[in-house]
Amino acid sequence: MKIKIIKIFTCIVIVFIIGILFFGLNKDSIYNTKGLEGSNIRNIKLDHLTKNEIISEKDFTKKGFTLINFWASWCGPCLIEHPFLIKLNDEPSLQIIGVNFKDKKENALKFLDVNGNPYDLLAKDEFGKYSINFGIYGIPESILIDENFIILKKFIGPISDKDYIFIKKIIKNS
Amino acid sequence: MKIKILIIIFVVIMNISNASSNDVNKNEIFKNIRCLICQGQSVADSNSDFAQTIKLVVNDLIAEGKSKNEIYSFLIEKYGEWIVYKPPFNGPNSILWIFPYLVFVIGGVMIFLLLNKREKR
Repeated sequence: MKIKIIKIFTCIVIVFIIGILFFGLNKDSIYNTKGLEGSNIRNIKLDHLTKNEIISEKDFTKKGFTLINFWASWCGPCLIEHPFLIKLNDEPSLQIIGVNFKDKKENALKFLDVNGNPYDLLAKDEFGKYSINFGIYGIPESILIDENFIILKKFIGPISDKDYIFIKKIIKNS
Repeated sequence: MKIKILIIIFVVIMNISNASSNDVNKNEIFKNIRCLICQGQSVADSNSDFAQTIKLVVNDLIAEGKSKNEIYSFLIEKYGEWIVYKPPFNGPNSILWIFPYLVFVIGGVMIFLLLNKREKR
């Protein structure tokens, strides 16, 4: 009887270990931000790029949706997404906040002069510390939030044509 | 006089142990945070821009008096559980924490039963 129990236990343990290895090895090991959708962004505090002001939650609620875009003048892919941001700026229920990331103010303003300014508000993150509060790990990165600061979608890398259509669809459906 | 000297020695030892424990905590935290843009490296091992920024933020949080768990919770809230190597103890992860102990106990019981049976023979 005891031997039988031991055998059953051994089988269960072996099956369990194989099961864990199977699921573990099949699990996607690349970081993705899907799990963060639906979570809330809190304690927003950003320095204004040109004025001596702090941008906080109260500045975010003017329109239905807010797209927080992290960019820099030295970032090549930011140039690729820029035309999409310019087009999105025409959307009345979308506010675009640009966070200039680890950049020089004069270079950032020159970039906007040459390529156009799609941002309703301009913030800066000189040392990249504020970006951690938004879960940013590289630029360009954008976060679409609603008026309750709930993350609807995170866009890693430059905003593409597909992302542009997705954002337009979300705004339209609201 | 002797008591005063003893108190001074005690205070100095306490300060040294506190300082060293803070250092250990900081490095321990860095080692447990995954560098998201690196291949299998922790923030402690990486010199990437992301790792440097995370180190700055963790230093700030330590200076604010945040505990190790509060720092992990903050980063998990921002980046998800993937950011830490050691998964937090919660519902889905509980099996990961309990399983090794369970195997240890079951293994012990099995060895005990086998030895018991052999002795009886």
